Amino acid sequence: MALTRRYLLKSGGVALAGLTAAPSFLIRTALSQTNSGRGNDHPILIAIFQRGAVDGVSMVVPFGEKHYAAARSQIAIPAPSRQSEECAIDLDGFFGLNPSLDALKPIYDSGRLAVVHALGSPDSTRSHFDAQDYMESGAPGNKGISDGWLNRYLQATPSNDATPFRAVAVNATMPRSLAGPAPAVAMQRITDFGIRAGAASVEVEAMFADLYKETFSAVKMLRNANSQPYAPADGVQYPNSAFGQSLMQIAQLVKSRIGLQVAFAEVGGWDTHANQGAGRGQLANRLKDFGDAVAALYRDLGDRMRNIVIMTMTEFGRAIRQNGSGGTDHGHASSILVAGGPVKGGKVYGDWPGLAPEQLYEGRDLAVTTDFRTVFSNILTDHMRIKDVSRIFPGFNLRGNLRIV
Amino acid sequence: MQEITHLLNRIAFGPRPGDVERVKDIGIERYLDAQFHPERIDDKSTEARLSGFSSIQMTTPQLLETYQRPRRAAQMRPSVMNAPQDMLRDLQAQKVIRAVHSQRQLQEVMTEFWFNHFNVFWGKNADRWLTTNYERDVIRPRVFGKFKDLLMATAKSPAMLFYLDNHLSSSIKGINENYARELMELHTLGVEGGYTQKDVQEVARALTGWAIDRPQMNGEFIFRPRMHDTGEKNVLGRRITAGGVRDGEEVIEILATHPSTSQFISTKLVRRFVSDDAPAKLVKHVAGIYRNTDGNIREMMHAILTSNEFQSREAIGAKTKTPLEYVASAIRSLDGSTDGGRQLSQSVARMGQPLYQCQPPTGYPDRAEHWMSNAAILERLNFAVALASNRIPGTTARVDGPVKTVVARLGAPEFQKR
Repeated sequence: MALTRRYLLKSGGVALAGLTAAPSFLIRTALSQTNSGRGNDHPILIAIFQRGAVDGVSMVVPFGEKHYAAARSQIAIPAPSRQSEECAIDLDGFFGLNPSLDALKPIYDSGRLAVVHALGSPDSTRSHFDAQDYMESGAPGNKGISDGWLNRYLQATPSNDATPFRAVAVNATMPRSLAGPAPAVAMQRITDFGIRAGAASVEVEAMFADLYKETFSAVKMLRNANSQPYAPADGVQYPNSAFGQSLMQIAQLVKSRIGLQVAFAEVGGWDTHANQGAGRGQLANRLKDFGDAVAALYRDLGDRMRNIVIMTMTEFGRAIRQNGSGGTDHGHASSILVAGGPVKGGKVYGDWPGLAPEQLYEGRDLAVTTDFRTVFSNILTDHMRIKDVSRIFPGFNLRGNLRIV
Repeated sequence: MQEITHLLNRIAFGPRPGDVERVKDIGIERYLDAQFHPERIDDKSTEARLSGFSSIQMTTPQLLETYQRPRRAAQMRPSVMNAPQDMLRDLQAQKVIRAVHSQRQLQEVMTEFWFNHFNVFWGKNADRWLTTNYERDVIRPRVFGKFKDLLMATAKSPAMLFYLDNHLSSSIKGINENYARELMELHTLGVEGGYTQKDVQEVARALTGWAIDRPQMNGEFIFRPRMHDTGEKNVLGRRITAGGVRDGEEVIEILATHPSTSQFISTKLVRRFVSDDAPAKLVKHVAGIYRNTDGNIREMMHAILTSNEFQSREAIGAKTKTPLEYVASAIRSLDGSTDGGRQLSQSVARMGQPLYQCQPPTGYPDRAEHWMSNAAILERLNFAVALASNRIPGTTARVDGPVKTVVARLGAPEFQKR
């Protein structure tokens, strides 16, 4: 971390000593650029956080579960049927995709999209804040961990030719998952990432180049790599939503070959306490944007997807019984999607705990049968090529052998 | 002098040229006393700057009459109705204008603090018509009063009832836990404050019937007895049998007087005004004042601002400015003025703080690491350049000497701190 950023992050003191430290990563950047093969086909992880706790049984519908529809008179997604477009899209005779996720079905059929159901945290909290915090720190129940699990991955795999764009969050602020001592960039738009002062820009950059070394080296590098306006692959259109545009930024970063290894994007609006709707309605609209955007990213990256994994996550699921306002209150387990070339997809992973009253967690929620760290560990070890994840997920003992990648 | 500069960095949106000397002349204690009683401070010039923003003066029924409503939009005559987005622009403009110009600086700082504590998201459907009233009539008049009164007012505010869905919670169709949970987790006890899932459900039951009267026409609090669960409730080990609207009111009182609440609220205040890692000793002291004064916010604030911790070396310059604080303090430091033009709130949004548009009920985090990303630094520099070269429409800054010197000062790490 550049010293200036450390100063800015410090909550106390006024010491500004040592600002002249060498911009070590500039040297590494130079190296990486001479090595033009860099990034040709290294593994990339694209993590997507659905903030607000998506209703896992609406995203991937257990239509074969007899207690499902009964618990949700207004909001159950109907079982697959040729007569209606508002019913689940069959995956395996028991689970179906929400109809709004139709754009993802071809990826599932090609064996490159997997679902993990009944996934969640061993911690029982139903607080959005705490549950997000635990999932992003990678240490459920432990409030003493200050960095995020993705940042600890970066720390554990120091690389001589790492660039400032090794880890990027497409976000105005740094998400908890990437927070920590290893450098990462947070930015919303590639085109906005720089000084926009017309003719004076050069002078302004020069003024601050030393003070904010890390930032301005990144600016320079990104500018050199993206001299042309971005055009997605033929026929690919991203939704014109904030989330769609975020994912397009990620595709552009991947294609500009600037050493991206970990990307992060987030999308809100999942806290559907009221009128969430069924095959149509509020949640369906959110999922439409979500599914279309992820499918666009997948198709845009084309062949490059062979060594990329896209993974979604959410802090918890929602109560199985609908509440008094056609919505769902905070629950426990949810479901996630994992897509990409390395993924053994076309399959719904995870033990299904059932929805009979005695099978529900605390009598109301989908029980967790897969600890989220099981999947995170699998992706880090088998896709991101790190041997030991014990420091990344402190206190976690991997049980079972869920191999999605 | 440093003592006064520090004070103005914390209880105002930074000093204007000459402010430090003025406070020195009247003395810190008198200055503080005035700031604690905003009604005694003449602020007509700020009011004059705000007079052009029609929506911020309107009642909720007037807003519903003037700005296109959600469901009825189709059958209305769109040409004569104004777009709801204009209400947001007015709100954002007034927020920036008050931050830059109001003489009642501490009141504005506290309004920002409590709005964030009791966050509502403007973009959630009916909240577009309800947020104006929320900040103006629910939050701002109560920022120095008793916490309990502020809590009760937010609990009965249509904006909060809508945002956290309590208006839908009913004994007939079933409860909605959303508000009940956040009321305890975020507004009062804190997540470790000692409540259970059962308490969440019991609080939700007690608050059934707390609804909004004709949200499309009137938009005021109403208690609907038919939606209210009349059974006995048990909240945090206390039986509630009062009945009717008193059930919910009793819950609010239980929460407001709970020791966890005194601790949680004190921690948040000390974190906001002293340092990210709130000194435990001071928090304890302030929590004691909360309990002894029935949650008197003015008394708690007085204790914080006159504490040794507040003026300690560890505290001075230790907080990172939020985007709004950065923008307002930069303009103030250049003796500038603004009409709240859109570009300012757009800058603030790009730095990571879209005003009135924080979607989760947690509000924005009050910690340095949240605000300092590479992109945020760049946006701050972009703003500094635009301001120092007087290129922001509607905003002027007094720049004596080279622009470059001013940009260097506003862009420096030290100026990101307060």
